Amino acid sequence: MSEWWTYHLSDFLLFSARTYYRLFEIYNAAIWPAQVAAVVLGIWIARLALSPRETRRGGRLAAAILAACWTWVAIAFHSRRYSTINWAAVYFAWAFALEAALLLWFGVVRARLEVERPSRFARRAGLAIFFFALVVLPFVSPLLGRGWKGVEIFGVAPDPTAVATLGILTASGCWRRGSLMFLPAIWCAVSGFTLLAMKSPVSWIPPLVAAIAIVVSAAQARGRRKRERTPSDVSGLPVS
Amino acid sequence: MAFPSFGFRFFEPPPMRDTDTLSRRAFLASVAATGAAAVLRPSAALARPAEPASRPGALLTRAIPSTGEKLPLVGLGSWITFNVGDDPAGRDSCAGVLRAFFQAGGRLIDSSPMYGSSQEVIGYGLRKIGNPSQLFSSDKVWISSGARGPEQIEASRRHWGVPRFDLIEVHNVTAWEEHLPTLLAMKAAGKLRYVGVTTSEGRRHDEVEKIMRSQPIDFVQVSYNALDRDVEARILPLARERRIGVICNRPFRRGELIQRIGNAPLPGWAREIDCSTWAQVLLKFIVSHPAVVCAIPATTRVDHVRENVGASAGRMPDDAMRRRIAAHVESL
Repeated sequence: MSEWWTYHLSDFLLFSARTYYRLFEIYNAAIWPAQVAAVVLGIWIARLALSPRETRRGGRLAAAILAACWTWVAIAFHSRRYSTINWAAVYFAWAFALEAALLLWFGVVRARLEVERPSRFARRAGLAIFFFALVVLPFVSPLLGRGWKGVEIFGVAPDPTAVATLGILTASGCWRRGSLMFLPAIWCAVSGFTLLAMKSPVSWIPPLVAAIAIVVSAAQARGRRKRERTPSDVSGLPVS
Repeated sequence: MAFPSFGFRFFEPPPMRDTDTLSRRAFLASVAATGAAAVLRPSAALARPAEPASRPGALLTRAIPSTGEKLPLVGLGSWITFNVGDDPAGRDSCAGVLRAFFQAGGRLIDSSPMYGSSQEVIGYGLRKIGNPSQLFSSDKVWISSGARGPEQIEASRRHWGVPRFDLIEVHNVTAWEEHLPTLLAMKAAGKLRYVGVTTSEGRRHDEVEKIMRSQPIDFVQVSYNALDRDVEARILPLARERRIGVICNRPFRRGELIQRIGNAPLPGWAREIDCSTWAQVLLKFIVSHPAVVCAIPATTRVDHVRENVGASAGRMPDDAMRRRIAAHVESL
């Protein structure tokens, strides 16, 4: 694209805010009662995340559920619904399908969603992000006047699914967290720009939450590398 | 099974408008009121004036330079406004806009493969209102591969449900060296009536000029309004020199101009050009330029489309009035 610097954010918006919000209303009506199943799956992930035992098995199960949700959003939302008003949604569908494949490979096959206990702060921050996506995020836009028919629910809508995934990854000690966090974070940025172009008052939420998840995860990874570099004596205690 | 309402009273967002914030009262009454006094006042500078209306209140037209075929001065764009996807309510609303557009005397409808579902929604609307014979279908080819241009054009034609397009333009001059020969061959074969190129918001004017000077095109589509007047320097004079018709997009800067004007009172001189709203003043500024064949405002509202098409009627601004409009809008 030549003269790209002359384009405004709104130049990339192909539809009106009203059409975008109506899209969720029609989508919700078409997939009902899948939303109930999605919320049940979200509660199941929460139960697994809060459980102090069987972290490896729980991590596998959580990854499998998240992969199923990303696959659903790729097909049912992006490919079948969003693509009717945005030709770029076809690429979004592929990105969501790729994230599902990554979750299956690293989280289920390699079982690396819970290979190391994260720091208490990272775990709490990650769980807070997950519960925010599951419980709070769906209510933000309706409470600001968008209407309840278009509520965006974890597991079937892209924003809460991406934010919840970032939360679970932050709360886990996953070795491949960076690979798994990349696409959800990118989606949060895309969604934020889309909402900003539509002058939505909540456009800042997905990018901000993604930024928090990345910063916390990066801090945790840095702490782990630091610990690994610190020489230990035979007793395992750090040498001062 | 219906999606539950959770017992809440649903909030319905306000209807989308192309010209948010400004209340635009019906214009047709003022058009009729001009009656026999609605005489065009072309200045000396307007060498190719709009064709006078054949009866009081009828729409003024301007001839396409390459053929002399006349078009009403205001058409209908579909960027954003017709991209409503599978929404049945949105599609029916767009069909209502199309019906009102044709009832008001409009002809040219513009779209592009880039505009999401707009082409399909136009096709749905045309079928619903009985495929009006006065339609002047204007679409674009927008693909980087010249070899895939015909395939895209055929897909667009099927979306519209028309036997052939009246006009196809190369969208944003994308791969124009490859697409223009295809379009000109289609025109020669009788599969297309007019050929053109488009750009928007002042981009790639040098390339557009090069095409205008070297290619036998019928139309060029550019952004032009009371604030964005770069095209007055070179593109519009060149269009007259080369006998190329000009279609003007972004007449309201996607509503930004109307928002900028806000609640500013309509000056008294607006009555001299038979305008009762700012939207009409802005449209008349554009279509009163002699190189301009048609402006293509987009809207989702029936009352707005009637007002927009109505701006093709009544007295047009002369050069002095055009300068006055531009200066006034700049000062707001």
